[in-house]
Amino acid sequence: MSEPLCLSGVRVEHSAIGGARRAQIPATPPARAPAVAQTLVAWGLAGPAVFFLLVLFLLPVTGVFVIALSDWQFGARSLSFVGFANFREVFVDAGFRASLLNSVVYVLIVVPGSVILGLMIAVLIESGRSLRSFYRAIHFLPFMATLAAMAIAWEALLHPTIGFVNQALAVIGLPTANWLRDENTALPVLAIIGIWQNLGYAMVLFLAGLKSIPQDLYDAADVDGADLWLDRLCIVTLPMLGPVSMFVVIVVAVRAFEPFDAVKVLTQGGPGHASEMLLYTLYRESFEYLRTGFGAAVAVVFLAIVVTLTLVQARIMGNRVHYQ
Amino acid sequence: MSAFKSARRLSLPTTILRHAVLLCTGALILAPFVWMVSLSIKPASEIFRVSFSFWPERFYGIENYTKALTEVPLPRYMGNGVLVCAIILVLQILVCTPCAYVLAKLRFPGRDLLFSMVLIGLLLPHQVLSLPLFILSYQLDILNTYAALIFPYVISPFGIFLFRQFFKTIPDDVVHAARLDGLSELAIVWRIMLPMALPALIAFSIFSVVGHWNDLFWPLIAVRDQSLMPPPLGIMVFKNEEAGNDYGPLMAASTLVVMPLIIAFLAAQKWFVEGMTGGAVK
Repeated sequence: MSEPLCLSGVRVEHSAIGGARRAQIPATPPARAPAVAQTLVAWGLAGPAVFFLLVLFLLPVTGVFVIALSDWQFGARSLSFVGFANFREVFVDAGFRASLLNSVVYVLIVVPGSVILGLMIAVLIESGRSLRSFYRAIHFLPFMATLAAMAIAWEALLHPTIGFVNQALAVIGLPTANWLRDENTALPVLAIIGIWQNLGYAMVLFLAGLKSIPQDLYDAADVDGADLWLDRLCIVTLPMLGPVSMFVVIVVAVRAFEPFDAVKVLTQGGPGHASEMLLYTLYRESFEYLRTGFGAAVAVVFLAIVVTLTLVQARIMGNRVHYQ
Repeated sequence: MSAFKSARRLSLPTTILRHAVLLCTGALILAPFVWMVSLSIKPASEIFRVSFSFWPERFYGIENYTKALTEVPLPRYMGNGVLVCAIILVLQILVCTPCAYVLAKLRFPGRDLLFSMVLIGLLLPHQVLSLPLFILSYQLDILNTYAALIFPYVISPFGIFLFRQFFKTIPDDVVHAARLDGLSELAIVWRIMLPMALPALIAFSIFSVVGHWNDLFWPLIAVRDQSLMPPPLGIMVFKNEEAGNDYGPLMAASTLVVMPLIIAFLAAQKWFVEGMTGGAVK
């Protein structure tokens, strides 16, 4: 019943170490040869993984820092280190400032929107017995649907003349807009698409959290006279979801710093810089304008944000919630 | 049993409210899907006329879908997507499983170092690595080939991590017994551990395939030829070429790109939820 938040993995881990320790106790000198053999076997089995981790992760991440701190350009045969010149250039750049600010605004809309709606929907689904997997499926659908294709569907929905949104608004007498071409609406519209995509993710995480709340607590609340569904929600459900909520907020925040597909397909960061966000800036500076130093510096800033959030998340997971 | 705890005393008005709210939010969530499918079966004359009807007066689905499949290399895009996702998945399993096994079951000098490398890989957002990976593929002279689409994803730190977690729950006695039977360590990985880790394998396969089928960022950098494009990139190019004049076929193409994953998801909902949330949900 409480798998998602339990510590079973950790318990097994201890017993596994214990088992290994038992095996190690008679490891007196005669057993050293097998130990060497096992080391060779282990590194042999892990060899391909070690090679690719070095070449595809550690080397490139070092490369990003080297490019960000140097004057290297595509095709250059040599480079010299220029300190933080690229970063100074990045932070005085109006486009990058707009991009960073937009990313923050986007996160501040998408995270509360996704988390609150996700929580509400999860609680509603869990509070009844009928149609559970049906509702869960519908709300989770956008999270795995190909966003590049769905962005095209959104564009049709938001089309200034033939789009459903403007047609509906016109019928009920509300003002219409050219949503993706207006600098006041482009970013909020992208944020709504972000909420549409991520709330199902928050929902399934909350559903797992809800399932792990012990029945005893609801029984105790009953004894204390919490008869109404709303009472039990406020006394038991929401307080017990505290740690899970922290986890969900950070996981969604990491995702909310990474929108790219919708920006690329729908607005290309425009109009002006109105909907430009970090990953799109990274892409455009690095691969369209070929400003490698600038692009790499943006990548380092982006990396710093995501790594900080992920480390906070790891701490929370390690201390309070144990998702396996 | 959790099904009972909060459902027990739901009164009739609350039940009605529950369905009312969930049906409303569900309808909003489905709106883009419904609009997409609706436009994909309408002729241009009806698309550009103000109307709320989902079903067209004149069914134009056959024409739109035929156009999507013939005038754009959509079957080619889909084929590229299947090919690239399949090769990536096979290579990831080949590279990650043995590494996960040694991390979970063997004791050797440098194990913690190896695990740290995996954790660093897990921490890095892949887009950050795109510039050096682009330079690397230029140096290897594989830009604009299938190899360029595949090579950055030959290894998945998440895969190693997930398999390691699962292998740790398999008792050591199983490994000892296999050794006594004379199996080599490599045979233990493929013939004992991986079959036992089937749930992790399925979850990881879904995670990997969904991620790479949907990826737009790296293909945009790695390939230029239409004949090499995976579906997200292909459909974006189609959209830019059409410039919004031929909505019917464009929506038909979008529907076809989204469809395979949606059908698979509806068929195996539980596995998808687990795979897509990185095993956080069981």
